[in-house]
Amino acid sequence: MDLFAPIKDHHHEKRIFVSRIFLSVVISILLLGTVVARLVQLQVIEHEQFSELSQGNRVRTEAVPPIRGLIYDRKGRILAENLPAYQLELIPEQISDIDDTLERLARLRLIAADEIERIKSLAKQGPRFKPVTLRFRLNDDEISDFAIHRHRFPGVDFQPRLVRHYPNAKYTAHAIGYVGALSSNDLQRLDAAEYAGTAHTGKTGIEYANEAKLHGDTGFRKLVTNARGRQIPTDPRDLPDTLPANESPEPGENIYLSIDLDLQKIATDALEGQRGSAVAIDPRNGEILALVSAPSFDPNLFALGMTNAQFSSLQNDQDRPLFNRAVRGNYPPGSTIKPMLALAALEIGATNLTRRTLCIGHYSLPGSSHRYRDWIPQGHGEVDLHDAIEQSCDVYFYEISRKIGIDNIHDYLLEFGLGQFTGVDISGEKKGLMPSIKWKRNAFRERADQTWFPGETVIASIGQGYMLATPLQLANAVAALATRGKRYRPHMVAATEDPMSGERDLISPEALPDVSINNEFYWERVIGAMNGVMQGARGTARAVGEGADYDMAGKSGTAQIFSVAQDDEYDEEEVALRLRDHALFIAFAPLDDPQIAVAIVVENGASGSRVAAPIARAIMDHHLGFAASAL
Amino acid sequence: MLPVRFSDTQRLIMRKAEPLGDVGRLLRRIHIDSILLGGLLMICAFGLVVLYSAVGENMDLWLSQCIRLGAAVVALIVVAQLPPDLMRRWTPWAYVFGLGLLLLVLYLGEIGQGAQRWLDLGIRFQPSEIMKLAVPMAAAWFLHERQLPPRLPELLVLGIVIAVPAVLIAMQPDLGTAVLIASSGILVVILAGLPVRVMLILGVLAIPGAYLLWRFMEDYQKQRVLTLLNPDSDPLGAGYNIIQSKIAIGSGGLFGKGWTNGSQAQLEFLPERDTDFIFAVMSEEFGLLGVLTLLGLYVFVVGRGLYIAMQARDSYTRMLAGSISLTFFVYVFVNTAMVTGLVPVVGIPLPLVSFGGTSMVTLMAGFGILMSIHTHRKLLPH
Repeated sequence: MDLFAPIKDHHHEKRIFVSRIFLSVVISILLLGTVVARLVQLQVIEHEQFSELSQGNRVRTEAVPPIRGLIYDRKGRILAENLPAYQLELIPEQISDIDDTLERLARLRLIAADEIERIKSLAKQGPRFKPVTLRFRLNDDEISDFAIHRHRFPGVDFQPRLVRHYPNAKYTAHAIGYVGALSSNDLQRLDAAEYAGTAHTGKTGIEYANEAKLHGDTGFRKLVTNARGRQIPTDPRDLPDTLPANESPEPGENIYLSIDLDLQKIATDALEGQRGSAVAIDPRNGEILALVSAPSFDPNLFALGMTNAQFSSLQNDQDRPLFNRAVRGNYPPGSTIKPMLALAALEIGATNLTRRTLCIGHYSLPGSSHRYRDWIPQGHGEVDLHDAIEQSCDVYFYEISRKIGIDNIHDYLLEFGLGQFTGVDISGEKKGLMPSIKWKRNAFRERADQTWFPGETVIASIGQGYMLATPLQLANAVAALATRGKRYRPHMVAATEDPMSGERDLISPEALPDVSINNEFYWERVIGAMNGVMQGARGTARAVGEGADYDMAGKSGTAQIFSVAQDDEYDEEEVALRLRDHALFIAFAPLDDPQIAVAIVVENGASGSRVAAPIARAIMDHHLGFAASAL
Repeated sequence: MLPVRFSDTQRLIMRKAEPLGDVGRLLRRIHIDSILLGGLLMICAFGLVVLYSAVGENMDLWLSQCIRLGAAVVALIVVAQLPPDLMRRWTPWAYVFGLGLLLLVLYLGEIGQGAQRWLDLGIRFQPSEIMKLAVPMAAAWFLHERQLPPRLPELLVLGIVIAVPAVLIAMQPDLGTAVLIASSGILVVILAGLPVRVMLILGVLAIPGAYLLWRFMEDYQKQRVLTLLNPDSDPLGAGYNIIQSKIAIGSGGLFGKGWTNGSQAQLEFLPERDTDFIFAVMSEEFGLLGVLTLLGLYVFVVGRGLYIAMQARDSYTRMLAGSISLTFFVYVFVNTAMVTGLVPVVGIPLPLVSFGGTSMVTLMAGFGILMSIHTHRKLLPH
């Protein structure tokens, strides 16, 4: 040991130690004081502010979807309603192995095997506590099947939900359209906040066009949730009283359509097995009484969700059941335009009521040897305008077409609404085509194709060539014939109803410009000739008009098909069948007080008077209160 | 050792010093200080009440914590039996052993939650826990025979003794524990009589030191500092903990929302609610009054510890007891200051309350040392 080392002074050390302890205590008190001051600041001074933040943290606003408005027909029968259906749902956060779960569900045939990938991606997207719908409706067998195996599927369960239901399925599919699962495309045009709780939206028809009215206003419910957004507590009685008030959803408006379910059924049944369309309009106001396209489909498949296989079979069906022929089918109108053309010819003096023509079964333009054939090869003999309409003589119209000229044909038929949008209150309608010299100049690129040839006017006079019209346009045109030139915009929505107050808002008919033919005498003679078509001695559809208790007017039409290029996969027999002429018929009744105007198109039906006319008759009979004739 | 005979007066004084009467005397015989134990158990009891709520009323987790607490109390009792002289003699070996384990961890430690802290030698444990006690012991051991206050060469040696384990632990990385261990060693040096002017000089030197520290910090540690300065800059990311913690504390108010009724804690907005942020749970559910009660208990325990330090008979036990008591206070301060957003988030649990076993055992062992120091005193004749 170092003798010179200073001797440890215990008392001095202790004194230093005590002074250091004292120093530490002072510093500790300062530090602790800082923490306490901070606590006072947070818990006393800023308490209210933090209280609100904490409240905001845990209260989540959840959208409550409104109940979709109902759709009725003109007699108050329900066409679209909301029924409870049991959905199969999966809650991702409660599933330990999603692959295994889905595979076992597929083995029980509760989901389709090809749906697994889609469901998995859905389950990954949303919050993990939010249920993913596996199936929109389980049938009774599936419910009992699942109930047996339920214990093996934690996190999978069935839940009752309101699902759109169309009780008349195929009978109203094309008229009212359908709702389908809300897609990201839909959300781009819709207000995302309004659709926060909604699973379906209108995709076509009335459902689509009236989405804003049918949907209603979304309500809001305040929930207490945890950091992951899950609702806590599950019992609403445990909710604190300090929560902001809920806002109830407001149901969508109910819609009354002018459609008559009976007529829908008659027309659909009559077109069973065919491809075609039937449209009936009340000429006094433009109300659509029937709008049918065949073949049809079950719109409930869209509301409930279908398998990929079901959808592709609908999509790839060569008869195209999803195609709404009534508003989107472009057909050559054929001879159905003859009454309108006759009126135009009388108005501009291209013919008169006494002028007679000898029909020898064909017609040639001066200086040309090309023969335009009449539908009766041996000809109608000597015919006047009345005969030409009643017997549908083509040669008569070939002859006067030169005097009318294509631009007059264009102008007058346009006045009847052919070849232009009707403005009907469902979307997606096609425009059709009404050719003119100017149209042809613009329609073709090659100079040689831009010239209008006289022969094209000839075939235009019997509604062939470039001319195209939809069944709805034809019905609209015949309605204008029925009213002697008064026109209304065709529409299906007759009234809307506030489901809470029951208050109804009637949609008033929208008048369109009259047809500019004012000579009443012309109208009566042409309509008289149309009456002759159905009830005259030589009318083309006299067999159909026979035995009626009321007077009716009609006109048959047959449209040639020029090309089936898109159908080149068909076998020969099939091609032959699909090359047959389309059958058309327009009619209205009663003659003096028209209440219904009808247009029928049957694709490849060959004969307007034989195939299409009886459907028109059946619709009119029913509408006017007479027993349906035998179909 | 000769048996000591007490006079009747001495017996009377000792009798007065035992507030628990016969129980206290009995405890004293097994080297337990009943006052300190009482304070600790009250903190633990309060802690268990809070923890029950913080683990979402999960009985299994709560019971496992009770078992850990029991183990920690056993550790306390065992350590209290070891005479301070024995500890002093073991000190260098404990330090070297701990240092060796720390190096071992760096090479073959297990990785948990992104950090390499665990060593699996039959039982899994964190060697840094040993250093929590070994570092202040080593510092006190180094100083106890030297003349105090220490001079510069001694301070340099002490700096190395403290810095080596602290840096090794910071490299794991576990900044919270490194801070605690460094401060336990530094506290010994301060108690040994580090001159105030040296403290001031070191304080000034701390500024470039902080810059160096910043350079060597991991990104997540830098992020924590930045977050403290502006928690709202990234409210759903790094700032989320602090914002939610402040909301929990602030919304608790004076009286709290009631036990198990804290929406921030129960609805899991508060992260790490049962470990580092349990103080926020308590603040939310028991309010300012509850928090002050707990802080009062902590102050009581620290106070008793410092009293024991002042009663200690030699400089080794004196410095060690002072360091252990003040380090306990550092624990409390860093955790509460971090949860209230006063200092950056470093992973330091609220002592004796947060869920988790290892640190609780070490803490209780530390208090066992305090008790041993207090109850093995040789009564010097006056």
